[in-house]
Amino acid sequence: MSDAITCNVPNFFLSCTGMKKIIVEKLKVLAESAKYDVSCSSSGITRAGKDGHIGSAHGWGICHSFTADGRCVSLLKIMLTNHCIYDCAYCINRRSNDLPRAAFTPDELVELTLEFYRRNYIEGLFLSSGVVRDPDYTMERMVRVVKELRTTHRYNGYIHMKSIPGASELLVREAGMYADRLSVNIEIPREENLKLLAPDKNHESVYSPMRYIHQGFLENAEDRRKFRKAPRWTPAGQSTQMIVGATPDTDSEILRLSTKLYNVQGMKRVYFSAFVPVNSYDTRLPALGSPPLVRENRLYQADWLMRFYGFGAGEIVDDLAPNLDLEIDPKLAWALRHPEFFPVDINRADYEAILRVPGIGVKSAQMIVAARRHSTITAATLKKIGVVMKKAQFFVECGQISGGMSQKSAVFGEAPPVFEGGILKKSDFSISTGSPTFSISSGRGLIGDMHPDLIRKLLTTKKPSRKGPHSDQMTILFPE
Amino acid sequence: MVVFRYDKTFEGLLTALFDAYFRRTFPDLLLGDGDSLPLFVTECHTVATDSEKSGRVWRALQKSLPDNVCNMLVMGWLSEEPGVDMMLMRYMRHAFSSPSGSSGGQNADSSRNGDSGKGGGRKAKTNSVATDFSNPDILRIKQLAQKVANEREHLMQFTRFQKSADAPDDTSGNGRSELCYAENESETAESISAGAGATYFAPVSPRYNALPLAIPYFRDRFRDQRWLIYDIKRRYGYYYDLQNVTEVTMDDDAHLLDGQLDEAMMAEDEKLFQELWRTYFHSMAIAERINPRLQRQHMPRRFWPLLTEKP
Repeated sequence: MSDAITCNVPNFFLSCTGMKKIIVEKLKVLAESAKYDVSCSSSGITRAGKDGHIGSAHGWGICHSFTADGRCVSLLKIMLTNHCIYDCAYCINRRSNDLPRAAFTPDELVELTLEFYRRNYIEGLFLSSGVVRDPDYTMERMVRVVKELRTTHRYNGYIHMKSIPGASELLVREAGMYADRLSVNIEIPREENLKLLAPDKNHESVYSPMRYIHQGFLENAEDRRKFRKAPRWTPAGQSTQMIVGATPDTDSEILRLSTKLYNVQGMKRVYFSAFVPVNSYDTRLPALGSPPLVRENRLYQADWLMRFYGFGAGEIVDDLAPNLDLEIDPKLAWALRHPEFFPVDINRADYEAILRVPGIGVKSAQMIVAARRHSTITAATLKKIGVVMKKAQFFVECGQISGGMSQKSAVFGEAPPVFEGGILKKSDFSISTGSPTFSISSGRGLIGDMHPDLIRKLLTTKKPSRKGPHSDQMTILFPE
Repeated sequence: MVVFRYDKTFEGLLTALFDAYFRRTFPDLLLGDGDSLPLFVTECHTVATDSEKSGRVWRALQKSLPDNVCNMLVMGWLSEEPGVDMMLMRYMRHAFSSPSGSSGGQNADSSRNGDSGKGGGRKAKTNSVATDFSNPDILRIKQLAQKVANEREHLMQFTRFQKSADAPDDTSGNGRSELCYAENESETAESISAGAGATYFAPVSPRYNALPLAIPYFRDRFRDQRWLIYDIKRRYGYYYDLQNVTEVTMDDDAHLLDGQLDEAMMAEDEKLFQELWRTYFHSMAIAERINPRLQRQHMPRRFWPLLTEKP
């Protein structure tokens, strides 16, 4: 490794003020280089502390701080070095960029991690690196750091390690013995685009470490079934990330690929990263005014729908509309495309059906299902439970009489709801018998009576801001 | 109007409920010891907190409610919200008066409810009053408990330790005893790792009294370093001496209340690591994505004064 800064720094941070400055400078350079990686979760593994060790791990992860861009700082996300032999167009650390380069020695990084950890600044280490010499050489240096943390310093906290594309199976196996989570970034969904932007990479070099990780994970699960005390191997699984907006890939492609990654490679998470034009001079990249943050957000919402709400990728996007609607969230968009599914009877419908109502999330749906065993749920209760009634009012019915007076049952009584996924049967869909049901929204109807576009308009038009009195409002000239 | 006076402790509340059942009169209002009586009091009973009575009430609660609901009641209490005592009393009365464990069965929803319905037998009680969210008390207590749980998590997230200067045991009386007061100085000197000698100090000021709930986390994670976490709002804290966690209150804590350790009491590398952390924190932000509103949403402003990275 050829870097001017590293060579003369001893392991003691405190030797003199000059050293301090160098360390601060290095940390700055290497953090700036690492910050474009999205993943920072410390979830997936619960591990109690051990006597004589430092640290523990929490299954749901803990964010210890939030940067000015609102992203969580959970792990000390840092590069071992930002020297790199690759020249990927989207990456800030590419070979042809002229930026300060630095490298940590393993000892420095270990001490930094432990000192931060002891002060409760961080939840663990996220170790990444530029590729120096070749993938294996880099990977070996990274493994040395995590090994030292775990063995010499008896560190028991969280470690997330990047697996370098193209690294050999042996090194991945060794890394997994110490790290909680391994990850390889796909970056670009379609291979020809990846090759265009990152000539040194191809999908094979990304997928092969993924396969090693998945295999190791499965083997470890098998071992642990046989031997209870078998040491765990990458207990928090693997994750990956894709850049959104650097290439013409559609949301449909991205979501389909991530479904595949969840199912085939056993991913715990697929992250999306709005493309930040760090190398604006490169003409292979689109010229963007600002990163496509809304699209990124919509993709995450779609991801959540797939992971927690029982939606399939094909329901969220299809060939007719391969990209997500940026104006409304994907769940609402689905609901507006499928008026035949609604209204859902809160007091009778299945949990899965309630979960599909816009404005009702997993928590609310669980509370509804638990509470309706005691008494009928009314709109007021829904609101108190935390349902977003602004959206939900068009899609639910509570068997409650209020202002609206729009009888819906006649409309839906005849037409049985169709549902593509096949999860719901006709019987799940309650058709009220006997007493007529009424909508809960006053003056507004249910989705059966209104055109979806009207609901869309109602939900997307922005209210005038409350600052200052309305221009039409009359004022009291002589207040008492 | 029936009024009960009690000492504003959880045991006191449980004793009050015991007395209420014993006297067959239930209070319309609960008052602390010093509070002034409202108009039109027909009866005023002063509760003498009794650990035996409160223990009986608590055991009865544990029998009729699942464990997580009992925890929820304690967390609701820790919210210190005005009026929460009355809500808790109504909740507990409701729990006692409703037939426990008899609900459930016939309803197909039980299988949907994920966490309920499993375990059979004793846990069939999960379907008890605790899920009746159309009862305002039950919903409110649940929400309050959730807020307290969130505050606990905030404590786990935003507590920042400062390393104090090493104070070896032979010079006891120096920085060490200033910082924390611990009677038993007979610690086994197992200085296995670098941080073992020094005490790590963290000031906190949570909105709800959630510190006791967060202590197991700190105990578990930082088990090879001494630490002191001090609630500067409620003026008490917890000290861990590598063996046990003890609750401490200090008579003279003025020097801790501003949240920053004195330079003289700080370990010599503390300043450097604070600076490193600040540097790291600021260089992690991506300029193109700046979103202060999102930052405040996740990390409310009230925590900022005590955060190392946000002076």
